[in-house]
Amino acid sequence: MQIIKNRQIIEDRWQHIPDLTDGVTTDTLPAGDIIVPFSLWQSDKEQLLQHSGGLGVRLNSDHDVAEISPDLSHFAIVALQFPSFRDGRSYSIATALRQHYGYTGELRAVGNVLRDQLAYMERAGFDAFEIDASQTIEDALNAFGEISVKYQTSSDEPLPLYRRRA
Amino acid sequence: MSQTQNIAPAAQPQPSRPCVQRPGMYIYDQYDQRIVDERVSQFRGQTQRYLTGELGADEFMALRLMNGLYIQRHAPMLRIAIPYGLFSSDQMRMLAHIARQYDKGYGHFTTRQNIQFNWPKLETVPDILADLASVQMHAIQTSGNCIRNTTTDPLAGVAADELEDPRPYCEIIRQWSTLHPEFAYLPRKFKIAITGASRDRAATLVHDIGLRLVRNETGEVGFQVSVGGGLGRTPMIGQTIRPFLEKQHLLSYLEAIVRVYNLKGRRDNKYKARIKILVASLGMDTFRVLVEREWGNNRDKLILDQAEIDRVKTFFTPLPYDADAASDKRHEGYANNNDDFARWLKYNTFDHKVEGYRGVFVSLKAPGIAPGDITDKQMDLVAELADRYSAGLIRSTYEQNLVLSDVKQGELYPLWQSLHQDGLATPTIGSINDMICCPGLDFCELANASSIDVADMIQRRFEDLDYLYDLGEIRLKMSGCMNGCAHHAIGHIGILGVDKKGEEWYQLTLGGFAETTAELGQRLGRAVSKDEVADAVEKIAHVYVEQRIEGEQFIDTFQRIGIVPFQERVYADN
Repeated sequence: MQIIKNRQIIEDRWQHIPDLTDGVTTDTLPAGDIIVPFSLWQSDKEQLLQHSGGLGVRLNSDHDVAEISPDLSHFAIVALQFPSFRDGRSYSIATALRQHYGYTGELRAVGNVLRDQLAYMERAGFDAFEIDASQTIEDALNAFGEISVKYQTSSDEPLPLYRRRA
Repeated sequence: MSQTQNIAPAAQPQPSRPCVQRPGMYIYDQYDQRIVDERVSQFRGQTQRYLTGELGADEFMALRLMNGLYIQRHAPMLRIAIPYGLFSSDQMRMLAHIARQYDKGYGHFTTRQNIQFNWPKLETVPDILADLASVQMHAIQTSGNCIRNTTTDPLAGVAADELEDPRPYCEIIRQWSTLHPEFAYLPRKFKIAITGASRDRAATLVHDIGLRLVRNETGEVGFQVSVGGGLGRTPMIGQTIRPFLEKQHLLSYLEAIVRVYNLKGRRDNKYKARIKILVASLGMDTFRVLVEREWGNNRDKLILDQAEIDRVKTFFTPLPYDADAASDKRHEGYANNNDDFARWLKYNTFDHKVEGYRGVFVSLKAPGIAPGDITDKQMDLVAELADRYSAGLIRSTYEQNLVLSDVKQGELYPLWQSLHQDGLATPTIGSINDMICCPGLDFCELANASSIDVADMIQRRFEDLDYLYDLGEIRLKMSGCMNGCAHHAIGHIGILGVDKKGEEWYQLTLGGFAETTAELGQRLGRAVSKDEVADAVEKIAHVYVEQRIEGEQFIDTFQRIGIVPFQERVYADN
């Protein structure tokens, strides 16, 4: 599958493990790089640490980011859900991960991820995007450069404009 | 909405004129200008993609709302931002141009100090936004579930009861909130108001966040912060979350509040999604703990520098007032000889902090005209009068009027003559006929009932000016539906249009106010039919006149005698 990473279209090898409600256990995990739901991480942490491939975790937008924060060093990817593009919680979760918890790994937007929200997502700290199937991924790349001035601090800009004005 | 239309060709440019920004207001630099220019291009692309079917209606809706564009009952409605209600004559001329070129020759000022146009065509909106950008204006975040236009005291900077001018902080908040990446998809809209005066002309306590400039025991000026106020379906008065916030922490504290709201506010029911519901369900003490914990993460990282406050303040320094203005007393002579002028002078002008100057309300409450409406010709006239008499600056007010804030007293008479001639001098400011009114069923697709014709019926009952003045200050606010855009819940007399089996009915409340502290109005009783509204208001006025004691305004009498005498009179025949 193609995703956008650091404003480039790349072929992605990571596999999403569905939520626990689908009957998934650590016994049936595929080999290779996987992104597991946070609930699976909570229940099967020890087994997952034995997984030979890469490990990422996926948070729903109603998760409390403080719960995952002690474990961040175990993940190459944190994926944050957008159940709808109107659900803006993951912007604040991303902000907390980058600015408060100092997470520097890949931060991936998944779910209803659309072209016209990408620029805000990037500013909030996302660097990877699984674009919704309804979108044209090439066109989505155009979204990033539309607004070049940033008034306020965010994960991509430590200083407010008033400290940067020429 | 047809998706097959082609986007209009880049439209006929506005006759180019140099955009002379005025001392006394914020002036864009290259950064501010680039943001609005890029925003226009971005929206042009989004509109194009919508019209060609690439962008779905639902996705486009969220984007267009954040550019002030609604699709309404009859046509799209475009709401243009007037940040904290302050604009220049050049900007007013551009609004007149937009009214003529893209609309039906008029606009409507709102309680958020913005202006709405009710008839633009969707495909012309990018051109309108481009015209606006050419005079440092925009429609950014005038709708949608994001941080809206920050509102303030329309008399800011000239009011005699002011501790500090709130406008520099409005501008600082405008910049902080504009295209804030984290807060574009909040659970619901988010409104901030600031006042720096002892009388609260910005109704801060019915805002999601209310900021009041106050002095603490050590003499330092900072903000008293309230949160969780709001009107709409479930009106609530804001509660103090922090009695004193140092200026340097303004932005970090706002960010902490909005972040907690973004994460915890309800998203399952749009009628329970405002921050007031979150604050009420958690309780203020718990909510405060969450905010202060969040604030601990960023309070040292996001400091509002004194240098920035000072930079923004330089735009709002007092005008070069004429020291001799007080010696010109011609207006007194005119007032002695002309009753119309004398009435206007008494009711439509206000004390200025500089002797020899007065502030002037330009009334948008002429009988028979929808409150807040103004024609393109009137806009041009107000622009011209602002240039001639008031340093080229205009303010829009929460009460849906305009203000020329810095008029020499000696020039009041010719100013009045011009306003009077064009229907902009209705001498009813602060009276029952100076009502706030939403567009209602005639324009708004949310409305249950019409409000404009009811406003007209009420105004006719109080045509006799002596009677009107005798009634004194009565704030009447009328909304066409529960969303409460006209803030009926804090009207001394509030009127709410409701739909009962396809008929328009009106629910009255009495005793609401927000001018100092705030209180919600109490329900008078069963709703009345459209024909009965003006009668009911007249009876309410009668009770006040009969029961008042010396010096009492309507709200004082109401607080003393309670609602029962009013109920007995209004429902006497039942």
